[in-house]
Amino acid sequence: MHARDLAKRFGDFEAVKGIDLDVRPGEAFGFLGPNGAGKSSTMRMVACVSPRTGGELTVLGMDPLAQGPRIRARLGVVPQQDNLDSELTVRENLHVYGRYFGLSRAHVRAKAVELLEFAQLSDRADDQVEPLSGGMKRRLTIARSLINEPELLLLDEPTTGLDPQARHLLWDRLFRLKQQGVTLIVTTHYMDEAEQLCDRLVVMDAGRIVAEGSPAELIAQYSTREVLELRFAPGTQDVAAVADLASRVEELPDRLLLYTADGEAALAAAHARGITPLSSLVRRSTLEDVFLRLTGRTLVD
Amino acid sequence: MAITAHVPSPPRAAWLVVEGLWTWYRRNWRSSVVSSVLQPVLYLVALGFGFGSQVRAGAATEGLPYVQYLAPALLVASATQTAAFESTYPVLSAFKWQRTYLGVTATPITSGQLVAGQLTWIVLRLGFSAVAFLLVAALLGALTGPGVLLSLVFALLTAMAFAAPVVAYAATIDSEGQQFNVVFRFIVMPMTMFAGTFFPVEQLPAWVRPLVWLTPLWHGTELSRAAAFGSMELLPTLGHLAYLVALLGVGAHLARRTFLRRLAV
Repeated sequence: MHARDLAKRFGDFEAVKGIDLDVRPGEAFGFLGPNGAGKSSTMRMVACVSPRTGGELTVLGMDPLAQGPRIRARLGVVPQQDNLDSELTVRENLHVYGRYFGLSRAHVRAKAVELLEFAQLSDRADDQVEPLSGGMKRRLTIARSLINEPELLLLDEPTTGLDPQARHLLWDRLFRLKQQGVTLIVTTHYMDEAEQLCDRLVVMDAGRIVAEGSPAELIAQYSTREVLELRFAPGTQDVAAVADLASRVEELPDRLLLYTADGEAALAAAHARGITPLSSLVRRSTLEDVFLRLTGRTLVD
Repeated sequence: MAITAHVPSPPRAAWLVVEGLWTWYRRNWRSSVVSSVLQPVLYLVALGFGFGSQVRAGAATEGLPYVQYLAPALLVASATQTAAFESTYPVLSAFKWQRTYLGVTATPITSGQLVAGQLTWIVLRLGFSAVAFLLVAALLGALTGPGVLLSLVFALLTAMAFAAPVVAYAATIDSEGQQFNVVFRFIVMPMTMFAGTFFPVEQLPAWVRPLVWLTPLWHGTELSRAAAFGSMELLPTLGHLAYLVALLGVGAHLARRTFLRRLAV
């Protein structure tokens, strides 16, 4: 997939403001960003359902505006909101969907058995979808997206709303697909998900790409190796007293975050100055630190 | 045997949409039989035989017993009523509640093919019910002859001429579908009562008649009775057909546009 200056406008609102992207075959690529950053709009353009309003876009070597159906025949799409037919059985959902890709009944039937196994849904195959748990429906949506053996799989917030067990199972399945050579494009606002799944990612904010790289590169570039968290009773913390102990200090209502290469050393230095926090924690920098630094802590809806 | 995904030809794509809707219907047909077959049969029995026993055959009934006068018109009216239902909530649901249309257009199927498939499905669905109704009517002796087979074709055309614009409208609705009650109460109901199904429109005040002429049901009823009673005349037939075909064409075109606007955003 290849995009140059890709843009999407809805009336006066610019959802995607000219982004450049390249995703290579076999890669797992992530879009990170707060709500409204333009991730889903970008995904819908790549999925060839939403026409772009500016720039260039090539998916699997073709232009979505001219070759939408041909591209879609080789894509798998897991939308943000499930759109299964809840009045059909699990198996029927796969059968009906597979037929839309021009596949024969016999092939779809055999493929459905394989995918139900893959999604651990074999024992629910002939149950209606309606009463299934959120995790099962999500697994079914992923299974359905694989019915045409896609080369490129688009997952829009695949694990939002799932419990930890269901998330880990889904990640495991996505890893396997990646090993089979399927290209994955994932949007998420879970940092652990991005770190788990993505070789490379971009952080989007307000319709633009604000950072790009592997999880490790992003941490190296936008954060420090470690973070020292010092927790204080409200109103007793003093930023000025520790400002020179770290490359950057962030003040939150009940704690100070010291971004530093060596958290233990910074903690020792703070103790030496007679600073006595209620508690302290030295941890590795995560993508979450990068994300919050780039997109801010203000609530976005 | 097709084992690699590809883009189905346009007619095939539309047919695959029909296949998907049929898969649903196969599980859920029982509930719809009551409204689409049993209800018109009850009308035929209660009004055709019951009320009709008090109606003397005469010029107004084209010289036929009332039940035979009523049957071909009831065929059109009930097909149109079923069409109204099939083109409202199921369409809204596929956009909003089940969101299945969004799933379909993520595949090689286009929104235009989806419209074609949905409309084709509605015709077939009406066809099953209309044939069932005709069989019952024939057993009850309410039919005059094989001309009703042509009436059946006209009934389906009429129902689709009504369904296509309603499908187009349903694709624009984002609420819980309260607007459909307006369609049922202020269009479908009065149309069924006054567009010539139960009594000739000549009985209506002159100023109401032009309103009746606007309804597809009146044109369909005229065609259906003429076919059933063997009284078709060329010019009126062409006129009614032209009106119904035009309504269907405009409706289908609008539906393509409203589906595209809703799905390709």
